[in-house]
Amino acid sequence: MYILDVRDLTKHFEGIRAVEEVSFRLREGSIVSIIGPNGAGKTTLFNCLTGLTRPTKGTVYLSGRDVTGLPPHTIAGLGIARTFQNIRLFKEMTVLENVMVAQHLKTRSGIIDAIVRDSDFLAEERDVREKAVEYLELVGLEGLSDMPSFNLPYGDQRRLEIARALATEPTILLLDEPTAGMNPQETSNVMEIIKRLQRLGKTIVLIEHDMRVVMGISEAIIVLDHGVKIAEGPPDAIRNDPLVIEAYLGREAFA
Amino acid sequence: MKIPSPVIRSSFLKGILIAMWFSMLFLPFKGPEAAAILFLMISASHALLNYLRDLARPLRDKGLELIGKIRKIKMPDYSTAICRYTLLLILIAFPFFVKDYFVDVAILTGIYIILALGLNVVVGFTGLLHLGFAAFYAIGAYTYALLNVRLGFGFWQALPFCLGLTTISGFILAVPALRLRGDYLAIVTLGFGEIVHLILNNWDSLTGGPNGIAGISPPYIFGLSLGSLNRYYYITLAAVIITYTIVNRVRSSRIGRAWIAIREDEIGASSIGINTMRYKLYAFAFGSFWAGLGGALFSAKMQFVSPESFTFIESVLILCMVILGGLGSIPGVIIGALILVVLPEVLRGVQSYRLLALGAGLIIMMIFRPQGLFGRMRGEG
Repeated sequence: MYILDVRDLTKHFEGIRAVEEVSFRLREGSIVSIIGPNGAGKTTLFNCLTGLTRPTKGTVYLSGRDVTGLPPHTIAGLGIARTFQNIRLFKEMTVLENVMVAQHLKTRSGIIDAIVRDSDFLAEERDVREKAVEYLELVGLEGLSDMPSFNLPYGDQRRLEIARALATEPTILLLDEPTAGMNPQETSNVMEIIKRLQRLGKTIVLIEHDMRVVMGISEAIIVLDHGVKIAEGPPDAIRNDPLVIEAYLGREAFA
Repeated sequence: MKIPSPVIRSSFLKGILIAMWFSMLFLPFKGPEAAAILFLMISASHALLNYLRDLARPLRDKGLELIGKIRKIKMPDYSTAICRYTLLLILIAFPFFVKDYFVDVAILTGIYIILALGLNVVVGFTGLLHLGFAAFYAIGAYTYALLNVRLGFGFWQALPFCLGLTTISGFILAVPALRLRGDYLAIVTLGFGEIVHLILNNWDSLTGGPNGIAGISPPYIFGLSLGSLNRYYYITLAAVIITYTIVNRVRSSRIGRAWIAIREDEIGASSIGINTMRYKLYAFAFGSFWAGLGGALFSAKMQFVSPESFTFIESVLILCMVILGGLGSIPGVIIGALILVVLPEVLRGVQSYRLLALGAGLIIMMIFRPQGLFGRMRGEG
């Protein structure tokens, strides 16, 4: 049984073939990287998986259930969380609040509870707060709870986005360039976090340009070029695949 | 203190340029002499203002430093409670120490605070530009007026209908409007405001048209009329406190957090499982609810309603209160409402210039403190 099963996923934007019949399957608890040159359709693929764009064709099965074309908040509720390439934090909220709001689906208080502030409501709020701190600890941001998130350095913002995605308690975590713009120290820190998440049982898909990260932690790599999947396999096989070298690695990483 | 010369030169040149531009504008109307005088006056006052600003800068820095220090002082926990109760006492004692006129203004302020807090839910928390809020205010006011005058409902009997009807109208507007974003949403809300205004103005048989509805009775408690200014003040005060408390509590619950998240980044919000459409709908309905309360209070106070009170300008005024105080900040919105109700009253002495002064004030505000009085500028910390 695969946790995510993508079949013939296709997305056209008025004649531009962003994603063309891409199929792949993920095993629970694996780390998979999606690589490819800029404009290869990686982020569009993520958008299709999370419901931000509706695929032109194809189906996405999450634990055997067809989730194609469901709205983003429903998909989030079914267990797919993501981060964004161009960070989408709630800038004016504090670091803690960013993670608190992400527990939206796990909480139930209604407007009456909020107004009356009965003991159940207060207990839930306390719980949300404590859990938020835990998620922040997991990504190493525990000391910065009360800082407005726009004040965070770039690398910390990316880690906060991971914490926020985690707070939705996903089974699958899609990370869109989690180490972009980071120095080597921060990058290895994020790799550490990703491995830690795997130990927690999360399935992780990342879009990544840093070959050290890709080769270092992925169990499988999917290569996209012009929206088409041109290769899939373990890092060693991908490294030596002539098609991949031609399309991507040959020009950029090993040039 | 010696100021580096390029700075002097550039600001001096700027003054000359501004002065020239204005005198050129006036040249065709008033002749060269007036233009020359205007030129001299503007350049002189520009230079003077620059000089004054340099003088004031160290003073301002010291002030900011002081504010920073005050903020850092750790207040004991009970101090906020003490502040709160003192404020409450002052507010309760207020009508005993001032003339009726001030009580009247205070009641009006209270009604606007309720309205502004309601609009703040839509504009400030959720980030949806709403230009037709007066429509909901009107629906609340007319619901009480009609139920009272036509069907003989008392204030307390009619109130649930006022609140319910405005909330439902909030829903009705929101369902089609929320398919749109940004500017388009603003235009639809504006249209809704105009439609309601036109209906009130033209449906003579129901609303009395431009003549409005007179003879609305004030609220009663145990047969005691609350129509006198002082008694009505306390009703309004209670309503403001209830509004403040409820809005504040909802703001700091998961619902309020979801609203803010939508304002900050809608795609981000949907990615963590917030049904953005539904929460925008809630914001509209919850915001409109308070317009219903404000409207009912307004018509019971005035004992008269007419479409004139609910024009587009009214929507803009309430929006200004929200923006002036700082979008999303609850104390800011209260201060904003206070300023925009009290200031025109203070400026009554200079009658015909008061709107001009108010407008100029708002423009200056937007230039120098666009985040509002209590708003926080990004990056300011």
